[in-house]
Amino acid sequence: MCRLFALTSRDPVSPMLAIKALDVMKEGHDGSGMGLLLQDLGGPFEEMKEAPILSGIFSEEGIRRLDLFMMDLGFLTKYKISLKVPKKPVEGIPRRDLYLIRAYELPEDWDSLSKEDMASRLSGIRLKIREMGEEKNDMIVFSFWPDTIMIKEIGDPLLLAQYLGLDRKELKARIIMAQGRQNTNYAIDLYACHPFFIKGYSTMTNGENTAFIPIKDFLTSRGIPAYSGYQSDSEVFAHILHYSLEELGLGIDGYKHVITPLQESDLSVHPDAGFLSHLKRTCRSLIIDGPNCIIGTLPDHSLFMVQDRKKLRPGVVGGKPGLYAFSSEICGLDAVIPDRDKSRDIQPMHLDTVIVSPDRQEVAICRQTEALNLPL
Amino acid sequence: MSSNRSLEPSALSINDLPWQVKYSNDRCTLCGQCTAVCPVQAIELTVFRKRTLKTSIRRQAEQVTNQDVFYGIWQRTDVAHACIGCAMCTLVCPNDAIHPQKNPGLDRMKFHINQQGVPRRRGGRRNAAGSILDRIKFTRISMLTDPALDAGRHEFEMRTLLGRVLSPRENMKRLREKGWIPPVREIYPLIIGGMSFGALSPTMWEGLQMGVAYLNEEMNMPVRMCTGEGGCPPRLLRSRFLKYVILQIASGYFGWDEIIHAIPHMKEDPCAIEIKYGQGAKPGDGGLLMWHKVNKLIAAIRGVPQGVSLPSPPTHQTQYSIEESVAKMILSMSMAWGFRVPVYPKISASSTSLAVLNNLTRNDYASGLAIDGEDGGTGAAYSVSMDHMGHPIASCIRDNYLNLIKIGKQNEIPIFAGGGIGKNGNLAANAAALIMLGASGIQIGKYVMQAAAGCVGTEEDRCNVCNVGICPKGITSQDPRIYRRLDPEDVARRVVDLFVSFDTELKKIVAPLGRSTSLPIGMSDALGIDDVAAAQRLSIKYVV
Ligand code: SF4
Ligand code: SF4
Repeated sequence: MCRLFALTSRDPVSPMLAIKALDVMKEGHDGSGMGLLLQDLGGPFEEMKEAPILSGIFSEEGIRRLDLFMMDLGFLTKYKISLKVPKKPVEGIPRRDLYLIRAYELPEDWDSLSKEDMASRLSGIRLKIREMGEEKNDMIVFSFWPDTIMIKEIGDPLLLAQYLGLDRKELKARIIMAQGRQNTNYAIDLYACHPFFIKGYSTMTNGENTAFIPIKDFLTSRGIPAYSGYQSDSEVFAHILHYSLEELGLGIDGYKHVITPLQESDLSVHPDAGFLSHLKRTCRSLIIDGPNCIIGTLPDHSLFMVQDRKKLRPGVVGGKPGLYAFSSEICGLDAVIPDRDKSRDIQPMHLDTVIVSPDRQEVAICRQTEALNLPL
Repeated sequence: MSSNRSLEPSALSINDLPWQVKYSNDRCTLCGQCTAVCPVQAIELTVFRKRTLKTSIRRQAEQVTNQDVFYGIWQRTDVAHACIGCAMCTLVCPNDAIHPQKNPGLDRMKFHINQQGVPRRRGGRRNAAGSILDRIKFTRISMLTDPALDAGRHEFEMRTLLGRVLSPRENMKRLREKGWIPPVREIYPLIIGGMSFGALSPTMWEGLQMGVAYLNEEMNMPVRMCTGEGGCPPRLLRSRFLKYVILQIASGYFGWDEIIHAIPHMKEDPCAIEIKYGQGAKPGDGGLLMWHKVNKLIAAIRGVPQGVSLPSPPTHQTQYSIEESVAKMILSMSMAWGFRVPVYPKISASSTSLAVLNNLTRNDYASGLAIDGEDGGTGAAYSVSMDHMGHPIASCIRDNYLNLIKIGKQNEIPIFAGGGIGKNGNLAANAAALIMLGASGIQIGKYVMQAAAGCVGTEEDRCNVCNVGICPKGITSQDPRIYRRLDPEDVARRVVDLFVSFDTELKKIVAPLGRSTSLPIGMSDALGIDDVAAAQRLSIKYVV
């Protein structure tokens, strides 16, 4: 079972904080990899909130091809962080040429684009780079989105962080999601590592999605190019989130109704019974099954956690105004926010969506049996 | 027959018959029960003559020759009276003196069941025991990656949708604009498929209805039953139980005068309307109720004279093209109930099924598609149709489902699979396999007759005389002397047994696969088969 840790903080913090939490939960992951998402960035990126940031891993050849490709599209590098890796290889961590974090200046003719067009163009470019990289095995791209950095690599999280020098002062964010992998696939594909990211939405999951194939079939047949990939059964959680909020106009309180709808007896007495039975029927192919704890972020920098229908995975949320954290285990929370009021820790149950909004003042619990904001 | 006479070509010996009656004279009490019960008069009480010789090695001793007679049972060998293997004689014999046995060699019956130029007609099944569904295994077992679910403890939602489900976006738009949203029923995924009042005896029909009502009202299982083409008893039409019934209309429109007239008096809408275009057992052939079974009651419900054969035309005669026969018919039926009732076609599995499906995807009023495979049953058909016409259900369902995925409508038009599901007794496994191949639900007919009423038919051409009203179990007979053998209450009890045990077995299959909160429609990654070609054809895993 993988271990998850996420935090949302008023002041930008170093990703080392999250990595420290993963390290105390070490018994629960086998050090086979780490995924990291940073959003609502601080440091030098504070000044360039609109600039899309490309995160990925490149070979020397790959970076040359990338530069040509981006130049052709009219993108100019605005700022970059080069993660220089030590000369001496570390056992368990693969040798790479370059970990890229690069912010781009948007091409001039993009100024007039609507938000949706911009989003689909950015995601189109990411997919194109991924496709090019898969051809020659020289580029892996995790995200290409404003105010977002993603790093994924094979290895033990703490060792990796030291290896990549993630404690550098330019790397600071208000939202951090981190996952320590418990490997259940023999060969590790970095595209199968959490967190997953799509157009400002990101999720990471601890569990197994047994309804993966029908869900994947549904998403890939929506005619949306970004609904692709699916090296991991958990990637669909991020895409369902995007579909629910962007395509259907639901709020985050509706997400759980899509993935784990209420059963008949609860549904019939729900204040929005009519609407919800329509949602349940039409989104039947998106119902997840199996044990899953999902932690995710939204484009407005809210952080949330939902549990599967039977609550078969651990998950705890706690903190203090200005700093909240979501963790697989309480020891992870203790390592990062020891001075919180522990009596207010929350372990979301099978009907709960727990949300910390961007003001980071409190933990809101939305129960599935309550009325919700209808997109009507 | 004497050895010096000319031989009639269809003169058969017991050796030529498919079923041979084994009879033991020393156990027989001559009670006459077997000859009385035999539906085809295959056995008769006969006087046998037997000469016994008493000889001795002593010369002087008297040599005696005796002509004795004794009584016993004799099997007739003419085609019309050939034993059908039903074993009713065995069932009634108080002394275990008689039982039918399948001819261990090859019988020659087939060459002769066409006397007077009439080819063989029968009821029942295709008589082919092999089943690809039985070979499909569920191989994706969640174990340590996932706490196994407990079929007896965890909550399960094994329901399916019957009706046109719009895409989430379109549905949302229509909710917003208060547009028409097609009716959708949430039902149990195992459906009692269309068997008409007429094909079935009144006691059988009543038993099924009572069983279904009990499942709905006492067991919280929304099981539905289709009427088949033969109308619906008027009292049921006007009762609240109509909501558990799928009314079928087919090319003979039998019983629809009564139904249409009852619409203003209906307390509840029917669950759905099934328009039958084809039947898996005899694709391209219409329904058939032979005159033997058209008694006063059946004639009244169907609105026809008594004692005439009732063949339905192979196609809906008033319509000439797929647009008309499908689109207009669906629209008319929807309109009759104010667009509140799902309407869907049922077709026989065929390599042309895809064309029908594609047509339906463009029609918002089409609520689903029922596909009936070659192993389906029938009350009456020509043997040649049953034996040689048709398409296996598995690949047909798979093709149709994959086609829906391609156009992104897999959740919008539910496909229901029928035809020989559970024909070797593995109902839950066959049903689960089809669901994971893409079916939204399963229709069963013969299985219900076997499990709930004791139909003796098997895939070895046993019995299968459903067409001529002599069903030895009273299931498909309209003769009160026969159908009173069947108590509707018993049938109802067995229907409940069948569904409740099916439900447990279905959970026993899906729980280890880590599925519980929704029916695993299209979960093909769970399936494997030990045949490369079949695996490839069905796009599932090859496992050995
Ligand atoms: S098995 Fe059936 S058909 Fe054959 S002799 Fe016995 S009762 Fe008659
Ligand atoms: S028992 Fe009745 S229903 Fe079954 S095969 Fe024989 S005639 Fe048909």
